[in-house]
Amino acid sequence: MAERKVAWKARKDNSLIGSDITRIDGVEKASGSAKYAADINTPGTLFGRLLTFKGGAGVVKSLDTSDAEKTPGVRAVHVFNGVGKEVRWDGTIVAAVAADTAEQAEDGVRAIKVTYEAKPHWVDEEDLAGATKSMRTKPLGDNQKGDVAAALKAAKYVHKGYYGIATISHMCLEPHGSHCEWDGEDKLNVHLSTQNVSGTGGQFAGPLGLEASNVSITCNYIGGGFGSKFAADQWGLACAELAKKAGKPVRLMLDRATELKIAGTRPSGFAEVTIAADAEGNITVWDSHHWGTSGIAGSTIALSQLPYCFDGIPNRNRKATGISTNTGPNRAWRAPPHPQLCAVTDTVIDDLAAKMGADSYDIFMKNLDKTPKPDVYAEEMKIGAKLIDWKAQWHAHGKGGGNGAVKRGLGMALHRWGGRAGATTCTVKVHPDGAVETFLGSQDLGTGTRTVIAITLAETFGLQVADVKVNLGNNSYPKANPSGGSITVGGVTGPHRRAGLEALWKIYDLVAAKYKVAADSLTAQGGKILSAGKAVCTWKQACSLLGPMALEIQGAGPKNDGLTDQGVGGVQMADVSVDIETGIVRINKLVAVQDCGLIIDELTARSQVYGGLIMGIAYALSEERVMDNKTGRFINADLENYKLPRIGDIGELVVHMYQPDSEYERGVVGLGEPPVISTGAAISNAVANATGVRVPVQPLTPQRVLEALKGGQA
Amino acid sequence: MQDRNDQERSRPDFSRRDFLKGSAAAATATAMATQGSEETQAATLKTNVFAAAAQNVTLNVNGKNHTVKVEPRVTLLHVLRNILNLTGCKEVDDRSADGADTVMIDGKAVLAGSRLAIECEGTKIQTVESLRSGEKVDEVVSGFVKHDAMQCGFCTPGFVVATRAFLDKKPKASLGDIQKGLGGNICRCGTYQGITACALEISKGGK
Repeated sequence: MAERKVAWKARKDNSLIGSDITRIDGVEKASGSAKYAADINTPGTLFGRLLTFKGGAGVVKSLDTSDAEKTPGVRAVHVFNGVGKEVRWDGTIVAAVAADTAEQAEDGVRAIKVTYEAKPHWVDEEDLAGATKSMRTKPLGDNQKGDVAAALKAAKYVHKGYYGIATISHMCLEPHGSHCEWDGEDKLNVHLSTQNVSGTGGQFAGPLGLEASNVSITCNYIGGGFGSKFAADQWGLACAELAKKAGKPVRLMLDRATELKIAGTRPSGFAEVTIAADAEGNITVWDSHHWGTSGIAGSTIALSQLPYCFDGIPNRNRKATGISTNTGPNRAWRAPPHPQLCAVTDTVIDDLAAKMGADSYDIFMKNLDKTPKPDVYAEEMKIGAKLIDWKAQWHAHGKGGGNGAVKRGLGMALHRWGGRAGATTCTVKVHPDGAVETFLGSQDLGTGTRTVIAITLAETFGLQVADVKVNLGNNSYPKANPSGGSITVGGVTGPHRRAGLEALWKIYDLVAAKYKVAADSLTAQGGKILSAGKAVCTWKQACSLLGPMALEIQGAGPKNDGLTDQGVGGVQMADVSVDIETGIVRINKLVAVQDCGLIIDELTARSQVYGGLIMGIAYALSEERVMDNKTGRFINADLENYKLPRIGDIGELVVHMYQPDSEYERGVVGLGEPPVISTGAAISNAVANATGVRVPVQPLTPQRVLEALKGGQA
Repeated sequence: MQDRNDQERSRPDFSRRDFLKGSAAAATATAMATQGSEETQAATLKTNVFAAAAQNVTLNVNGKNHTVKVEPRVTLLHVLRNILNLTGCKEVDDRSADGADTVMIDGKAVLAGSRLAIECEGTKIQTVESLRSGEKVDEVVSGFVKHDAMQCGFCTPGFVVATRAFLDKKPKASLGDIQKGLGGNICRCGTYQGITACALEISKGGK
C-alpha cells in the first residue's frame, strides 16, 4: 500500500475548500439567538455597576460604602481601590455594586461617598519636549547600521519630516465582562467575553483560591476583542467576588466609558524621520527618532521594526523614547504595532517619492528588493494598480487640477504579518451512525472559526458542512490557542485535517476488509466511499463498521507537514477626495490585494479584509482617544464623540484575494491582522496626493487637514 | 403603589415626593403621554402620574402580552434583555448612539435603550427574535447570512431589525438611501459591505 501522507487535497479536487461558504452560526447571530456573556441571565442574576475615578491621578482619601450597602436592591459591594490606594488614570475602578436590577446598582454606585487627593498628572503623548520637562520620558534604546552620515552626503534626494498616529481604543461593542455563578463554595462557572477560553480558568482559580479544575469558562460568542480580551481581569475577579458575597449569580460588564478608558488601547507613535535616496530612487538612508505612550508604563512601539517592511535599507539610525502618561494601559490591538510602523514608514517613502518628482508607485516598486517578499508585493501591486486604475488616475502630489474645493488623489502602502498556526488540540468523533463532531477549547471571534473547522472535516470526509457539529467555547474541551495574532485558522484547521485523515484511514481499512477492495483505492466524496471512482458504500454504512463505539481521534498542531505556513504580504491602494475648505476626507475607493496561503473559505476571508479596510478608515480618518491635559480626562469616551465610520462612510471597497497555486501550496496562513495595517498609510498618501500637503498625524480629522493646508508643504 | 390601575393611582397616600423620586425620566414619560387632545388632557395627566416604585406594565412583545413589574425609570431595553430574556437587542452604550438596541414599535425602528418600558404599553413591540421561527427566517436574516454581513455578531441583530424596518418603509431603496437609512447603527468589525449588499439585493437595487 502506498504511504499515507498528511496533506491538503490537490486544489482541483476540493469541493468545499476555497469556495464561498456561509458561516454555520450565521442564523444564530443574525436572529439574536447567539448568547454572549453579556446576555447570560440565569435565574436570580444580579447586575453589576462600577464607580470609577474621573481625573488624571490621585489617591483615595476617603471611601464610605455604608449607604450603598443599605440601598434597596443592593446585595453586595466590592472595593477595588480603598483608602490610600493610588488611582493613576481616568476610569480606574474604585468600587463595584451588585443589585437586583441595573437601576438599583446605579443607585448603589451613587450612594458611595468617595474623596480623592489630587496628584500631578501628564496625559499629552505627542508633546515630547513638554513630557521631557515633566520628567515623563525614558530612552528606549537606539541602534545603527551602516554609515548614515556618509550616505546622506552621497544621496541625491533627502527628505525630513514629522509623522504620527494617535492612540485609539479597542471599543469592543460587547464590553469586557463576565457572568459568574457559584456552584457551592468551591466551584465557579464563568461566562466570559474572551479570546482565550483555554487560558483564563487559572486566572480566576489562583486569586480566588480555587482549584483550577473547579473553574468552568464558557464563551460561545464574543462581541469583539481585537487583542484586548485575553485575561480574567480585575473586573472578572470582582464579578466572582460579588457573586460569592451575594450568594447569587452576577453579571458585570464594563460601561461604555470605562470600556473605552481602561480596557485596552493601541499605543500612539510619533516620529521625526530623515530618508534619502540615490539618483535612481533607491532608498539608501533611514534615520528616525520615535516616541509615544502605552500608558503609565511609558513604553512605545518596538524599535526593532522601523523602517517597516523595508528592512534592507542599508544605512539606518533609529532611536525610541517612551512617555509615561496617566492614561489607560495599552493592550495588543489588531496587528501590534504594524499599523503604527506602516503609518510612519510608508508615508515617509511617499514624501520622498514626491521630492523626487516620481510616481509613488514606481518608488515603492523600485525598493521592493529591500522587503521580505519582493515578488509577491510586485504581483500584488500590479493587480492593485489595475483595480484602482492607477496609471490613468495618477498625478503629481497637489497637481490634480480642478478649480473646485474638492481635490482627488491616490495613495498606496504595503504590509506584512506572520500568521503562523497556534498550538491547538482537538478531539474528533465519528459516530457509528455517521455523525461527526469535534471538541476544542477555541473561540470564534467572528473570523469564522467554527465554519473553517466544519469545512475542513466535511472536505476530508466527503460530507456537507452541515453534517459536522463543532463544539468550542469551553475550557473542559482540549486546549486551543488564544485567538490573537492571526494564529487561529491555521491553528485549528491543521489539527482537524490531521485527525480527520487519521479517522478516514481507519474507516478505509474497515471498508477495504468488508467490501474486498484495496484501501489505497478509496476516496470519500458526496457522502459515499468510492473505489477508483465507483461507489462502494455510503458514509453511514462505512461508519457502521466502527462497532458500537464512536471512533475518537486526537488532533494536534502545528507540525511541519505542510498544512500551515507563516508570513504574508499585502498591498492596499486608496482613492480619496479632500474638501480643502472643510478639511473633510471622503473615501472614493479602497483596493486591497491580500495573500494568505491556502484559503479555506473565500467568503469569510474576504469579510476579514473588508473589515480590516473599514477599521483602517476609522483610525485613518476619525477615531482617536482625546485626552485633556488640564483635567487628565479622556473626554470623548462615548460612541457619539469617539467617531467610527458608519455605513455611508466607506466608499467602494474592492478585495482581491491573491491565491495563485504557489500560495495554495503553502498551506494555511492567518489573515486577521494584515488587512488593517496599511489602510491608514494608503489613505494618508492619497490625501497628500490630492492636496499636495502631508497631514502628519492620523487620524486625518478635518481640523488636522485644515491645519496642514494652512501650514503649506509638510 | 405597586400597581398601575386607576384605583391604585388615586389612593390618598400617593405623594408628590414619591413622584419626584421617580426621576426626570418618569416626568418626561408623563409629559409625552399627556400630549393628547385638549379635552382629555386633564384626565390623562391625572391617570398618568406614576409613582417611583415598581409597578405592573403590560407589554405586547412579538405578539404575546407580558406583564412585568418595573420602576418607571426602567428602559424597554432592560425589560427585554434582563426580564424577558430577549437578548437579541444589545446594550452597547447608555446613549443609544450605536443602534444595537434597535427594535420595532408599531413597525417603526426604535432604540429600546431610549424608551421607558411604561411608554410602550399599548404598542406592538417586535424584537429580532420575531424574525426567526425554527428553520424559517426573515429574508433579512437569510440575506445577512448569505452576504456574510456579520463578524463578531454583536451589532448584527440591531442592524437586522434596522434593515427590516427600513426596507418595510422603503422597499425600493437605492444605494444612497441605504447609506443614509442605516446610518444609525455602528459595527466595529467592519461588516458594512455585506449589510449594504444584503439590503440592495432585497430592494433590487432600488429598481
